[in-house]
Amino acid sequence: MTELDGTGPLLQLAWRRDSWVVIASVLAIVLLAYSSMAATLSLYSTDAEARAAAALMSATSSVKAMYGPLPALTAEGVGVIKTITMGGLGAAFLAHALVRRHTRTEEEEGRLELVAAGVVGRRAPLAAAVILAASAVLSTGLLCALSLMSLKVSPAGSLALGVVVAVAGLVMTGVSAVAAQLTTTTRGAGGIALALLGLAFILRAVADTSGIPVLGWLSFLGWAERVSPFGANRLWILAPAVVALAVLLAVADRLLHRRDLGSGLWADRPGPATASPRLGTPLGLAWRLQRGALAGWAIGYAVLGLVVGSLAGSAGAIASDPKTAEMLRKMSGGHGSATDVFFGTELRFAALGAAAYGMSAALRLRSEEAPGRAEIVLATATTRWRWLLSHALVALGGATLLMAVVGTAAGVSAARSGVIGVGALLGAAASTLPAVWVSTAVALLLFGLLPRRSAMTWAVLAGFLLLGELGALLKLPDWVQGISPFAHLGSLPGGPADLAGAVVLVVIAGGLAAYGGVAFGRRDLVS
Amino acid sequence: MLRNMALAITATGLRKTFGTTTALDGLDLTVEEGEVHGFLGPNGSGKSTTIRILLGLLRKDGGEVTLLGRDPWTDAPDVHCRLAYVPGDVVLWPNLTGGEVIDLLGRLRGGLDATKRAKLLERFDLDPTKKGRSYSKGNRQKVALVAALASDVPLLLLDEPTSGLDPLMEKVFQDCLREVRAEGRTVLLSSHILSEVEAVAERVSIVRKGVVVDTGSLADLRSLTRSTVVATLGTPLDLSATRAWPGVHAADLDPTNAQRVTLWIDTDHVGEVLRSLGEHGIRALTCQPPSLEELFLSQYKDDLAEVSP
Ligand SMILES: Nc1ncnc2c1ncn2[C@@H]1O[C@H](COP(=O)(O)OP(=O)(O)OP(=O)(O)O)[C@@H](O)[C@H]1O
Ligand SMILES: [Mg+2]
Repeated sequence: MTELDGTGPLLQLAWRRDSWVVIASVLAIVLLAYSSMAATLSLYSTDAEARAAAALMSATSSVKAMYGPLPALTAEGVGVIKTITMGGLGAAFLAHALVRRHTRTEEEEGRLELVAAGVVGRRAPLAAAVILAASAVLSTGLLCALSLMSLKVSPAGSLALGVVVAVAGLVMTGVSAVAAQLTTTTRGAGGIALALLGLAFILRAVADTSGIPVLGWLSFLGWAERVSPFGANRLWILAPAVVALAVLLAVADRLLHRRDLGSGLWADRPGPATASPRLGTPLGLAWRLQRGALAGWAIGYAVLGLVVGSLAGSAGAIASDPKTAEMLRKMSGGHGSATDVFFGTELRFAALGAAAYGMSAALRLRSEEAPGRAEIVLATATTRWRWLLSHALVALGGATLLMAVVGTAAGVSAARSGVIGVGALLGAAASTLPAVWVSTAVALLLFGLLPRRSAMTWAVLAGFLLLGELGALLKLPDWVQGISPFAHLGSLPGGPADLAGAVVLVVIAGGLAAYGGVAFGRRDLVS
Repeated sequence: MLRNMALAITATGLRKTFGTTTALDGLDLTVEEGEVHGFLGPNGSGKSTTIRILLGLLRKDGGEVTLLGRDPWTDAPDVHCRLAYVPGDVVLWPNLTGGEVIDLLGRLRGGLDATKRAKLLERFDLDPTKKGRSYSKGNRQKVALVAALASDVPLLLLDEPTSGLDPLMEKVFQDCLREVRAEGRTVLLSSHILSEVEAVAERVSIVRKGVVVDTGSLADLRSLTRSTVVATLGTPLDLSATRAWPGVHAADLDPTNAQRVTLWIDTDHVGEVLRSLGEHGIRALTCQPPSLEELFLSQYKDDLAEVSP
């Protein structure tokens, strides 16, 4: 028996379990690529118009920080810029989710042991997971390329966009494969891999805004961006990505052979024989379970805030060109300076991240329920409401903390350049909170109502993100764009706050969470 | 009976369906205060479902249920601070130690006895400093057992609590249960280990396909079933006449030896049958009361006739 025996059946099993999610995710990314290109092409009737818009975008540091420089000052360049980042990130998330789910999660829940005792080789589970993830990512890239070609844009550029998606997805496949070998828990593995993804993003953003573009080569998202579809079309960057994947897989394989099934690389050390006094209430338990992840996020958000804040000076500089400044004001709905627009965009982006944190912390309820840990807690004097609220509190409080951290860090580092104060940025960060809370409440609602489908929460977040990114471009009706709570946040800093909107959102968040709680109180605990 | 007949658990006509499967189909169960009650039945018969309804973790679809005189669904917290639960498959938090989990569950229940805890850790030979993920199956089970046994609650709901324990620990568990019984606490013990039930339980209920098919003391249940008598006789027996004797369910001749006969008879009628057999000159005889194993096998099977033809 070789160590790869059984890869085929495992792959089939994985496909049978996940085909729908994989197909839906791939199609969502392809749709993103196609519709942003199609909508952009139809937006500009002349080349000159497109070039003017492209020039404006390439001069906007919020665009640069989020998406990188425009690959070309053409309609195609404008049409592809968002897909470079969002499609690359989407493919990276997909690859990560698949690898993690079919290696570490399986092992943690003991299912792999059943498999490993059969006719399955030691390398087979990892191999199957990697093949699934790589195939998903490569299909995404290929379909993105084909969908753009159908719009009669440059075939080389279309293919290059496919390469962008593939580069990000393939390297993340390798990163996740290594991370899955390092820790014993799904969450731990996810934490490591996603932290590296975040680091790659920040490095890329710094490289693109700080004038040291060479820094971007340290980040695999920077590699993806440098493929520059419809610009330089550097298709060859696929080669280093494949090499990186191979190296990472070799590392993962070495680690795999150095550890036992079920364990991580780092052996567990003994812990305290008795519980600290704080670990005696549902809230104490929720805090204990979630504090590590929150600390990681908070550190990440502090770094993000400092980086964003340090770009304040360069953001202000562009506004000196009066024509650009005028267009920027228009773009932001007529409020504030270029600096304001820059920070508004960045903070809203950070708010989406905080919403993702809130959702994942709220879904902890489900990952406590499914394996049966909730059962032993709820068989004590702990009521369902108290248990639910303790995790909800950590989720909502944690997400709030993250926005406070990023606002303060950005404010402190921006204050040095004197263009904007801590108070203004903290206020702007706070103004996004209602949308963050609504997102978290969606997770609570789904947990109560559809426990086995509660991962749909992520589709909701993806929907909010896409509505924000593409809603205006696709000229979706206002009410459709308004489905996303992030569409009702006012325009701080610089512009007015939307107090009524905030109140409505808070009421909605409360209603969703309460409904979720009531539904949970009425249903069976399910595994 | 002299025993105080207060009831710790009552369930009448309990019904529960999951989609198209009917897990409980009118289940009746009563557990008296102060008894250890064995809860037996084949896989998938509804034992865990019953216990989860008793805990308010599942919602019943029909019937009545009270636990310590209260409704476990509406009064869950009140009831829960007076009971402890051990599931058959304990899942722990990967990064909490066993000691932390024991303390946590105890505190959530309203306190636990520190000296008892220390003694139990020693008796079960459990290392409380290990992280949840590094415990073996049996040791995870021990964590939940210590947490439950270290509290002073009047009711224990144990769902296959010893699955995965080695024989030594199984014995420690049985000793603990005897002490619990001596303290006058009530235990509902679901188990597939018949010797364990036989050792500690006073009464048992046997559930099959979501219905309790038999309930009573072990002695009562024994008398309900059949003994096997194998006799070698001086003069041959007329089988059809024998089958008409009171208490005889079936009779068979040994195909190789016409004088050897096997009878399946009601345990109550053993004396009469032996007297009748005596008239044929008994040369050799064995009489076996039903073993507990047979007793349960006969109850677990779909058709009693399959076991004793
Ligand atoms: N959450 C659920 N969803 C669907 N069916 C379920 C669920 N829980 C239990 N069942 C079904 O209900 C029936 C009773 O299951 P239960 O777990 O109560 O059996 P059990 O007597 O505890 O069996 P075992 O001895 O194997 O533990 C089984 O047919 C089972 O498949
Ligand atoms: Mg069971």
